[in-house]
Amino acid sequence: MSTLAIILTVAPLAAYAVIVFFTSRWKALSAGIAIAATGTSLALSIWLLLGMIGDPTPVHVSMSWLSIPHLGGIRGLDISMGVLVDPLSSLMMTIVSFVAFLVMVYSLGYMKGDEGFSRYFAYLGLFTFSMLGLVIADNYFQTFVFWELVGLSSYLLIGFWRLKDSAAEASKKAFVTNRWGDFGFLVGILLLFTIFGTFDFAVLAKEIPAYEHLGLIALIAVLVFTGPMGKSAQVPFHVWLPDAMEGPTPVSALIHAATMVAAGVYLVARGFVLFQSVPQVMELIAWIGGFTAIFAALIALVQRDIKRILAYSTLSQLGYMFLALGAGSMSAGMFHLTTHAFFKALLFLGAGSVIHALHEQDIFRMGGLSKKMPVTTWTFVIGSLSLAGLFPLAGFWSKDEILLVALREGQTALFVIGLVTAFLTAFYMFRLIFTVFFGEPVPAEHGHGHQAHESPVSMTGPLVLLALLSVVAGLVGSPWWQAWFGSSFGSFIFFGEPEAPHLDLAVALPATIVAVLGIGIAWLVYGKKLVRHEALAERFRPLHTLLLNKFYIDEFYALVFKWVMMLGGRVFDWFDHRVIDGTFDGLGSATRTSGGKLRLLQTGRLQSYALVLFGAVAVAVVLVSTNLIGGFAK
Amino acid sequence: MDFSTLTLEIGAAALALILLVVGLFLPDGKKGQVGIVAALGFAFLLVLSFLAPGSKGPFFMGQYMNDGISVLFKQIFILGSLLVTLMSLRFTRRFEDARGEFYVLLAFSLVGMMGMAGATDFLTLYIALELMSIPLVVLTAFEKGSMRSTEAGMKYVLLGAMSSAILLFGLSFLYGAAGSFGYGAVMAALTGGQTGPLVVIGGIFALAGLAFKVAAVPFHMWSPDIYEGAPVPVTAFLAVASKAAGFAALLRFFPVVLVPLGLGMTTLIVLIAALSMVLGNLTAIPQTNIKRMLAWSSIAHAGYMLLGVMVASFAGAAALVYYLLVYLFANVGAFAAVTAWSELSGSDEISSFKGMWKKSPLISTVFIVSLLSLAGIPPAAGFIGKFFLFVEVAHKGYLWLVALALVMSVVSLYYYVSVIKTLVSEAPEGETSKADIPLALRAVMLVSAVSTVVLGVLPGPVMGYIRNILSTLSS
Repeated sequence: MSTLAIILTVAPLAAYAVIVFFTSRWKALSAGIAIAATGTSLALSIWLLLGMIGDPTPVHVSMSWLSIPHLGGIRGLDISMGVLVDPLSSLMMTIVSFVAFLVMVYSLGYMKGDEGFSRYFAYLGLFTFSMLGLVIADNYFQTFVFWELVGLSSYLLIGFWRLKDSAAEASKKAFVTNRWGDFGFLVGILLLFTIFGTFDFAVLAKEIPAYEHLGLIALIAVLVFTGPMGKSAQVPFHVWLPDAMEGPTPVSALIHAATMVAAGVYLVARGFVLFQSVPQVMELIAWIGGFTAIFAALIALVQRDIKRILAYSTLSQLGYMFLALGAGSMSAGMFHLTTHAFFKALLFLGAGSVIHALHEQDIFRMGGLSKKMPVTTWTFVIGSLSLAGLFPLAGFWSKDEILLVALREGQTALFVIGLVTAFLTAFYMFRLIFTVFFGEPVPAEHGHGHQAHESPVSMTGPLVLLALLSVVAGLVGSPWWQAWFGSSFGSFIFFGEPEAPHLDLAVALPATIVAVLGIGIAWLVYGKKLVRHEALAERFRPLHTLLLNKFYIDEFYALVFKWVMMLGGRVFDWFDHRVIDGTFDGLGSATRTSGGKLRLLQTGRLQSYALVLFGAVAVAVVLVSTNLIGGFAK
Repeated sequence: MDFSTLTLEIGAAALALILLVVGLFLPDGKKGQVGIVAALGFAFLLVLSFLAPGSKGPFFMGQYMNDGISVLFKQIFILGSLLVTLMSLRFTRRFEDARGEFYVLLAFSLVGMMGMAGATDFLTLYIALELMSIPLVVLTAFEKGSMRSTEAGMKYVLLGAMSSAILLFGLSFLYGAAGSFGYGAVMAALTGGQTGPLVVIGGIFALAGLAFKVAAVPFHMWSPDIYEGAPVPVTAFLAVASKAAGFAALLRFFPVVLVPLGLGMTTLIVLIAALSMVLGNLTAIPQTNIKRMLAWSSIAHAGYMLLGVMVASFAGAAALVYYLLVYLFANVGAFAAVTAWSELSGSDEISSFKGMWKKSPLISTVFIVSLLSLAGIPPAAGFIGKFFLFVEVAHKGYLWLVALALVMSVVSLYYYVSVIKTLVSEAPEGETSKADIPLALRAVMLVSAVSTVVLGVLPGPVMGYIRNILSTLSS
């Protein structure tokens, strides 16, 4: 089983290597290799997932990677590399390879004719490898290695159109923001290692609850959590994600819906025992999640760029997941991750289809696409309904589970936040839908509506498949499934006790009502146009401006960057140029000169060589004898 | 007497004789096929080395050992011989009808190396050392028409004789003090007794003789001239296998003199190591010929590896063996790349590397990986090899030595990376013929580069094997 896990992880890497070194000249072949490799990964992960459903005993294999035996008073070092296949990792690898596979197929159409077609598929392979390696890791060290690889490959993908300034800027921003989080993460796991002497998840899971200094554990938990905050773009590390929309749209679907941003959620689930042992940290995680959920949903209300709306929506949904984890339910968090992966990938790919047709991202310069692009339209509507949490679509079950957990754990405030966010979600999604798909077609001189056409099958195929899953995937976590099969999502992936789903009308009813309300209001404003939305904006001018500028967080960071970082940077720059460079330039030229001089010792004459040989022996004898007699060495 | 513990030695000697006979019976134009037989033979020995058991104590009346150190070093020698043979298959065409003898000499030299790893007796050590060196002299001067090769052979035989004289002189003093040839007996006789001038002079002279073989400063003067003059595969063999044999002998011999002479001996070897690192790395910088540069770099590496000898512990030996393995792959990779490139461009000057990347990405990649490994940059194996080694030195308490070694590694980066910079830069203009690399050479390059990366990324299994062999077969 562990061998299969290794094969499925390495396959996309092999594709990357083959494309980069051999086949980059043949575009179709390169894409074929990447798709075949990821298809292999997908097939194997499904196989492993089915195996895990049959017998959920974790398979754990690890081998020594670097070991130094301890000597005297100095502690040795033992770092291992391993594979951990359990329900959690098998589910995650299936999601990752599934979405990666669909995105690759979809990209055949979307990226057609792009100059860097082969390079694009190579990067996708590298990214998939990094992500799968992260998922199968059995210890924090290995996780960190792949965590950084994910950071690197996402940097490459976001900045794929490297000649475009904004793309280059966005990839830089994503990388740097992530580094901030990663730094805390690294410090955290190093502290863990100093205390427990191991990075292994299984060993740590046993030892952490038994450790008495709770304060230290709390510090470590918070530090480790900054990693997920960076990758999953939680406030205040959220700024990179909307900008990262500069990458090709299928990339957004892959890394910003289903995989990279979910890595943070996955890591918290993987190391759950660490967070769970300090209630205050759990509280913090839940509140950061809740805050991000409503914060991002508010911003999404006023965005005009179709991908940015989806980006803020992703932030908001990730907030939900952290809310669930923080409230103590790993099942609910992972369940929402799963359903979200499907419907958000669907929405991104749908948006990609629209952009592909119109070469336009501003929703107010689109309209009436439902007739020209029926498949895109209806799959997009299904995805949005699922996201809004309408019964009985996938999003309903997972969102319901989260709200239920919040209520059960006595987090009434978070429950209310969750409800409000659900309302906002329904509203902003249907604002988008009524504007883009059902409004009046925008006149040709303003927009591009006239040339719209449905996308090719390689693009609509994945849309239909994802739409199907967005409808039914939630059932595995529903009470019906429990009734039919005697088990469900919560009894497959859980922490502590298995959780059985149940439908609580006190939660389901208000959630459904606010969602319908959101859709209804959006229809009144953007569909029926009872109120002009410009007038609404005028009426709430200060609030609108605040939201449009994303609460000025980016500006705040820019200010901090300008005054603190740049000023500090200039000081260090001076020091670097004058003092350090001067020293090293001097050292360097001194080294080179001494090399040139020493070279002259090598005359090529045999006699001088013999002289050195015998002379050296004589000197050595004198040296050691004086030493023995009690000479200068004493 | 039980000869089964000598399987590998007997096998290598038999192989040398078989090659000699095979060479006789092959028609004139086909002498090169001896090389293929030799490669098969070495490969067979390599497999055998994993099957043949070692043994714990000394035998043949204390003259010989086949313990963990022996087993591991023999594997390194055989691996080196195999890779060098594969590297030479095309190269030896230029020697016309003497091609067969080339491989015979390699095999005889291998027997001598094995003896050096096993010897626990002054006489055995000396005979083994000469058995290794004399074929090497002939190999160095193998390019008969070339002035450089002849000059190098001449220098090697003269300086080698002097160093042998020094070694023998030292050994005779030790014999005089202890009244015995065997390491064990000498150690027993010298421990606890007064440390007279006989022991001091004997110990230092003998150590100097061995330091000559590993080309450590100040006994290194021979190596740059000889590395440059010798045919490239021979240079690789000298840099890799002959040096490893010197270390095998040192690893055994050093404890014998360490006990009576104590700190003085450690100080001496620390000094030699430090000098080698400093002088080797600094002098490598202005070199313009790649073989000469690699010679200086190998002097510097001898300095690093001497630290493993100085530590004189189980862990030190394990780290040293790992380092030698890493060093072997990096050097074979680099020399194989030089061989392939000089076939193509007819030059082994660094300046001729311009445009290598465009012309042959394979040679360039192997070259870059090997150089990075020599410089100690992860993920190439050189990093992890240095790491293991320096950790042991730090454990021993010589932090300043670790600091010096690190600083010198930084210096070495300069000349290694300069080569990389040259080979990725644009070609001056001119024809762009496709690289035609013989299959065997291609295989050697790939094996070296891949091993270098694997040893760097996944040190666990191999290091585990080394520690396991050393501990189960320690006496």
